[in-house]
Amino acid sequence: MSDDSVFSAQTARELVQGIRRGTHTAREITEKILAHIQNTNPDINAFITIDDEGALKAADAVDQKAAEGQVLGPLAGVPVALKDVLCTKGLRTTCASKILDNFIPPYDATVVTRLRQADAIILGKLNMDEFAMGSSSENSHFGAVKNPRDQTRVTGGSSGGSAAAVAADQALMTLGSDTGGSIRLPASFCGVVGLKPTYGRVSRYGLIAYASSLDQIGPFARTVEDAATLLGVIAGHDSRDSTSAHVPVPDYLLACQRGVDGLTIGLPTEFFGEGLQSDVRDAVMQGVDILKKNGASIREVSLPTAGHPAFAIAAYYIIATAEASSNLSRYDGVKYGFRDEAENLIDMYVQTRSKGFGAEVKRRIMLGTYALSAGYYDAYYRKAQQVRTLIRRDFDRAFESCDLLASPVSPTPAFKLGEKLDDPLQMYLSDIYTVSVNLAGIPGISVPCGIATEGLPVGLQLLGNAFAEETILSAAAVVERELAL
Amino acid sequence: MNYESVIGLEVHAQLATTTKIFCGCSAEFGADPNTHVCPVCLGLPGALPVLNQNVVELAMHIALAAGCTIQPRSRFLRKNYFYPDLPKGYQISQFQSNEEMPLATGGGVDVPTEDGGTKTIRLTRIHMEEDAGKSIHQEDFVASGESLVDVNRCGVPLIEIVSEPDLSTSEEAFHYLTSLHQLLVYTGVSEGDMEKGHMRIDANVSIRPVGETRLGTKVEIKNVNSFRNCQRAIESEIQRQIGLLETGGEIEQATMLYDPDRNILRAMRTKEESDDYRYFPDPDLVPLVVDHAWVERVQNQIPELPEAKRARFAEDYDMSADQIEVLTAGRDVADYFEATVAAGVQSRIAANWIQGDVMRVLNDRKIAIGDLRVSAESLAELIGLIDKGDISTNIARTVFDDMVETGESPAAIVEKKGLVQISDAGELDGVIDQIIADNPDEVERFKGGDQKLMGFFMGQLMRATKGQANPQKASQLLREKLG
Repeated sequence: MSDDSVFSAQTARELVQGIRRGTHTAREITEKILAHIQNTNPDINAFITIDDEGALKAADAVDQKAAEGQVLGPLAGVPVALKDVLCTKGLRTTCASKILDNFIPPYDATVVTRLRQADAIILGKLNMDEFAMGSSSENSHFGAVKNPRDQTRVTGGSSGGSAAAVAADQALMTLGSDTGGSIRLPASFCGVVGLKPTYGRVSRYGLIAYASSLDQIGPFARTVEDAATLLGVIAGHDSRDSTSAHVPVPDYLLACQRGVDGLTIGLPTEFFGEGLQSDVRDAVMQGVDILKKNGASIREVSLPTAGHPAFAIAAYYIIATAEASSNLSRYDGVKYGFRDEAENLIDMYVQTRSKGFGAEVKRRIMLGTYALSAGYYDAYYRKAQQVRTLIRRDFDRAFESCDLLASPVSPTPAFKLGEKLDDPLQMYLSDIYTVSVNLAGIPGISVPCGIATEGLPVGLQLLGNAFAEETILSAAAVVERELAL
Repeated sequence: MNYESVIGLEVHAQLATTTKIFCGCSAEFGADPNTHVCPVCLGLPGALPVLNQNVVELAMHIALAAGCTIQPRSRFLRKNYFYPDLPKGYQISQFQSNEEMPLATGGGVDVPTEDGGTKTIRLTRIHMEEDAGKSIHQEDFVASGESLVDVNRCGVPLIEIVSEPDLSTSEEAFHYLTSLHQLLVYTGVSEGDMEKGHMRIDANVSIRPVGETRLGTKVEIKNVNSFRNCQRAIESEIQRQIGLLETGGEIEQATMLYDPDRNILRAMRTKEESDDYRYFPDPDLVPLVVDHAWVERVQNQIPELPEAKRARFAEDYDMSADQIEVLTAGRDVADYFEATVAAGVQSRIAANWIQGDVMRVLNDRKIAIGDLRVSAESLAELIGLIDKGDISTNIARTVFDDMVETGESPAAIVEKKGLVQISDAGELDGVIDQIIADNPDEVERFKGGDQKLMGFFMGQLMRATKGQANPQKASQLLREKLG
């Protein structure tokens, strides 16, 4: 947490208490943070759209409620911001793409509805890799996001704006989405907490799809406790998302107090192998040692398929791009968004999509189209699904003997802006420790565990079995408390 | 050379649900353009489909009625293609691939054959899918060079019923479609309103020399909207193919459109241009699992089907084969008939009335029997008045027309209009005496043996009594007096 924090409170819980007691008003907090965003956003570029008006209106409504003695929601007056992949009624939602530059959704995503019901203050929409495709948040129509810890470096992606906004105190908590590591990687690079819930834990209704079977919305926060609070607000079944799970939502805040005594934590051998930078390894092991000191037993496990980049990365880039090629078909210039007028329909399609999408998005649409094509389906898509099954089994087996798995989030800390832009394969390998988690559908967190040689933050990835978010939070809270970075 | 044709049909039928397949929007026909829409059927970014359970139920009804096997697990796939009236850029459809089954497989539909027997046309599958929207090009409100899109129809639930290539003539195809239509309407699965496009047909047609077992190259005729047009389209395609082979030509695999006004087919695309739809399971929808209990519950809800009803009517009631056809053509008419019989009318008489006067009124007014203001019970009451001798059959028919107009009971109409039959001998005596007095020549000729004049006297008598004379009684009295 930075010393020049704009918040008088450290956590959401304290902030809400302050409003309840009249220590501060939601309007005071909102005005202060909006001014801070104005000052810092030109450097960081975390926000695409800042909704001053909407935020102040919501703040006044909270103050009114407080003045009338009404019950306040769990996020009353808490300044939050949303990755620009979440639909907000009446507020521009771009996916950081030219093709949706002018798109104003007529409806709220389910998570947005739940935030509003919890009395949260929505400040605006956050920068990202276009359509959540990328690992550095440089693939944006609105320019790259810069890492608040070192502005010459990337934030990681694709939820770079969500991580940077929290790291730069532009919001107390944010939402991002994670398809192959898009929450955990930027959380690790920016030194904040980022949680990717179990697939189906949080409704995807209103989340603009990249890869439907992998996408999951999750919280970013400065503290594990705040991440737990936010998860508690957004989690739960939604009848508008067939893939959302009918699993009760436990008290995640309580879970943060549980500790790790008696837990077994596995270290996947494959995630500590060649390519892992030694200072990153040291930081991760520092986190693991804390868990051990607090009563967890540590053992090595093997994830032969999930841990093998030739399998995991390959399967991920086939399945994700196949789904994306279909999900992004709707951006055709006919109904909404950018249109490049032409003489006939086909030319209009071609020109709109050629000019409206960025290079990485087009690359993935082409990859996915190819993988689904007649004659290639069996060799690529079907094979990738088979690999996915094997990856799931790897994790199933690991969780027979372990409560959690611990690993680095990425082989290196935040890299330089522009460093990997011309080398997609190198960029894809940033996700080497994260993508298999999405293929298996299990939850994972990145919690700060140390500092690498260049003063850059390093995240510890903790993975749990499906719907074991409580266990993940309990361990992450221990690391956070002991390290007190 | 003699050729035989091999025909398979794919029928798209609109299900009779009130809402769409993946959202809560109304599926009603004829609303103002783009008013029955929401983020889901508009394909807005972030919106997700949720399967309407009622769609599954209706699809199961027709599948079980046709003897199909319900698959315990089926999936929806995405059929990817670009078109302005397809908002998502893909259609969600069940499709039989190597690993994914549709909702139902197997089964069959019986069709009558020329020799009076029946032939079973096997079904390949029945699957569910969403309809696309409508592109509007040539209307006076559309500027030239522009097209408009109405997405009301997007997401309207359809089933596709795919037959095996078991049909061998265009006429058989027509009978198959009629039987299928009857089954769909009987089970309440579809309203089957052809004017609203509730059934659209694709026909696969090939020919081969008689005796050949291999199939010829098939041509697909797309999107035909009536059964007669389908028959004509198939017939002209068969003739076109025979013509081609006879003149040494070759049949090319192609997709054709039928122009009913000119009775010609024109090619839409050939095989080389065929699209790659890149089918894959829709990750937004979970697999559809149908357990045994669900199948059983739907099975128990299926009403008596046309074939069984025809057999039972032939067995239980006194009526002609022709009447059986008419009275079982629709479930509502059959139910009306049985209610009339249950109210005490002999089946032969009820059948005559319904086939005659009731059907005449329905046809004239283009209404369904449910909209008729004469209930089965009122009809039975009317027929009861004839039996009692209160009114003649002829009077009854005019009373029936009154009932259709006013919805009043037959007794009330007879009472109000004073139509009760004159059976009283004393009253009839006076009338007959007057007729005899007025027509001495005819009386003379009758007595001389000209029996045909009986009709003349009855006519005079009916005119004098405004048709209210009891015919049996009057004729008996006439004979006595003239004798």
